[in-house]
Amino acid sequence: MKKPISKHEYQKMVDKKAPGSHIARNIFAAFITGGIICSIGQVVLMIAENFGADKDTAAAVTSITMIFLGAFLTGINVYDEIAKFGGAGASVPITGFSNSIVSPAMEFKKEGYIMGVGAKMFLIAGPVLVYGIFASVVAGLLYFIWKQVV
Amino acid sequence: MADILKAFLLGGIICVIGQLLIDLTKITPARIMVVFVVLGVILGLFGLYQPLVEWGSAGASVPLTGFGNTLAKGVIKEINEKGFLGVFTGGVKAAAAGITAAVTFGYIMAIASKPKVKK
Repeated sequence: MKKPISKHEYQKMVDKKAPGSHIARNIFAAFITGGIICSIGQVVLMIAENFGADKDTAAAVTSITMIFLGAFLTGINVYDEIAKFGGAGASVPITGFSNSIVSPAMEFKKEGYIMGVGAKMFLIAGPVLVYGIFASVVAGLLYFIWKQVV
Repeated sequence: MADILKAFLLGGIICVIGQLLIDLTKITPARIMVVFVVLGVILGLFGLYQPLVEWGSAGASVPLTGFGNTLAKGVIKEINEKGFLGVFTGGVKAAAAGITAAVTFGYIMAIASKPKVKK
């Protein structure tokens, strides 16, 4: 039984492409893929601003839309193909965060809705949130102390 | 149109940095994601990420460094408004839309879809 979770898939892909001769190709693919995803985000942002959304609202609408797109494309088995081509160009944008939630959750559905879907959703998103939120608290503490001193 | 081009360039460059880390250090994409979010928090704390957002807009906010920047910006804003409590509330509050969207859409899509049969 293979463990077809996206992390392993990515890793396999990375190992396969490890030789130096592939680095130029990988960089090009990452640039194009990441660039296109961010361009789509920019279009969404501009549409939201056109509807009169302020900066924060437009940014939130963009995040929600991109996360939806990432989840949707993963669900219809398209995003993993994009990731195979684009590497970090697909995993660094927020759509990749979304992909990292849906992909393992789909694969582990057979283990049930609690410990399968519910738990495995956070296989990669969990660490991202743990370190992201923890870093924000540390940043907040530093800022708070700095504010008292200055 | 110029804004889209700028978003393309900046987003592309940020992803290339991630790809270089993967290719040169053999670091896994999951770790790249963690590193980028934390990097975004650090850059955001020192106000170094906001200029990128001003220039490249979605090119800076769509990558995960932008998510980190949102966390840092939120925590700073909340501390300025509410004091110490902001340390605990600011980050997640600012990132709430993203986190809730990810959990909701992620859950729905995972339930609704069937994994592709691996060849």
